[in-house]
Amino acid sequence: MNVRLLAAPRAPAGARAGIDRIVRLRPPAALSTLVLPLLVLALWQLAASHALLPVQILPPPALVLNTLADLTLSGDIFTNLGVSLWRIGIGIAIGCSLGLALGTVMGLSQAADDYISPLFRALAQIPSLGWVPILILIFGLDEIVKYLIIAKACFVPTTIAMAEGIRNIPRSYKEVATVLGLGRRATIRKLIVPAALPTIFGGLRLAFSHAWIALIVVEMLAAQEGVGYMMVWGRTLFQTDIVIAGMIVIGVIGLAMDSGLRRLERRLRRWAVPA
Amino acid sequence: MTDITIDAGVKTPRHGKGRLWRGAVLPVALLAAWAVVPRLLPTPHPLLVPLDEVLAAPFIDESGREIWASLAQTLLRYAGGFALGASAGLALGLLVGASALADRLVSPSFNAVRQIALFAWIPLLTAWFGNGEASKIVFIALSAFFPVALNTHDGLRTIAKGYMEVAAVLKLSPRRRVLKLLLPGALPSILIGLQIGLITAWLGTVGGEYMIGIGRGLGIFIAEARGQFRMDLVLLGVIFLALIGFLANLGFRRLSEPLIQWQGTKP
Repeated sequence: MNVRLLAAPRAPAGARAGIDRIVRLRPPAALSTLVLPLLVLALWQLAASHALLPVQILPPPALVLNTLADLTLSGDIFTNLGVSLWRIGIGIAIGCSLGLALGTVMGLSQAADDYISPLFRALAQIPSLGWVPILILIFGLDEIVKYLIIAKACFVPTTIAMAEGIRNIPRSYKEVATVLGLGRRATIRKLIVPAALPTIFGGLRLAFSHAWIALIVVEMLAAQEGVGYMMVWGRTLFQTDIVIAGMIVIGVIGLAMDSGLRRLERRLRRWAVPA
Repeated sequence: MTDITIDAGVKTPRHGKGRLWRGAVLPVALLAAWAVVPRLLPTPHPLLVPLDEVLAAPFIDESGREIWASLAQTLLRYAGGFALGASAGLALGLLVGASALADRLVSPSFNAVRQIALFAWIPLLTAWFGNGEASKIVFIALSAFFPVALNTHDGLRTIAKGYMEVAAVLKLSPRRRVLKLLLPGALPSILIGLQIGLITAWLGTVGGEYMIGIGRGLGIFIAEARGQFRMDLVLLGVIFLALIGFLANLGFRRLSEPLIQWQGTKP
């Protein structure tokens, strides 16, 4: 459901006409974007400089910025991020490749789909959050718990998208392949993959965003390093500035990942259409 | 956490009587193995509890019986938090969807804040509201708030331009415009938002309880069972976690379907 995360496209001018007649004010876009954040920032600064709330609850904006700079300069952020990115990389590699494989099998073979689908759907009902305590009991706080949770988070959407992508290929494509006498391999490479690509990529983007969320959850629950742990650690020290700095880092990376993949997807789509 | 895949019911009907039977093979085999294999071990392994013992735990086991009280607390919290978050989300979505000015002022900030993974809010919330009930309720509300606000806004944005023009020509009052045009027009999208919000709020409920602890609840039940190395109780809790999420989704779909029946006849 993160599909519409960023785009928030402006409605076509006409659609708004009726409403805009009620509200005549039209400040320039960039300015109006900044109004709310600046207002919040001003209130925050005001509350902090009058010491309305203790620092443990509301650290002044300057302190958060300072902490962010400290964590960056000392390399703490990069150490933690390195750990986190390594985990997410391994988890995604496992989860997505298994998902692509299972999705291919389920998409190509009706029988396989009949056998696997109900079990798959039932297990997909169990959220990552439910797997965490089970895996902790089995493996302790071992790294494998993180890999498995992230892999599971990617596995489900990737499998679904792959199977759907293959199933939705128009029948006529397959007939062409038969007429041309393409072998099984060539059919997959030249026809199935390009035709299913847009759906698959949509699934992969979803998988990445799920992986990122799963990473934060598992690092908050079962880790001693990483971005998610950094925040929990800040919380136990009553250093809310670290907590807020962590939230900023998590937000920015989530945003960067999603917009990067979105851009890639748009490029791929343009390429995939003629196929 | 929000790894939700809304099964929009697009199951393509495919023929073949064997489908049901085929689909039952793996689950039945797995459940049978779960019931039998742990008993074949020379000494019982603490992590391998037979299926029937897990299922009997809430009736027989001393600690297992706790789950009912925990469930009651959790469902109450879930309902309260969801009601709070969904109404706030609906209000913001309507405001932003109906007023271009509010849209320009609020939407960019809303979209920026939404990028923060949901569970990353918990440390801040506990710093602000303590480890008690308030933090949990606010977190549940927050998890319902984002999808509801987003989809309500989307629903309003995609109302056909023609309808808006008709409303302008008829000089409908703002109140009637909201009641007769905006709300019904955006209803399908609002319902999707509520459906997603219902699921994320459920995960938020159990996840919040699990992370924050203190008090009673399904998440706390699972966390305590994990602390006592009771795999049977952890599995029991997780089964309830999945089951209630599934039922909430199914129930909502059943209830909301009649509301959008007319959609098919829309021009």
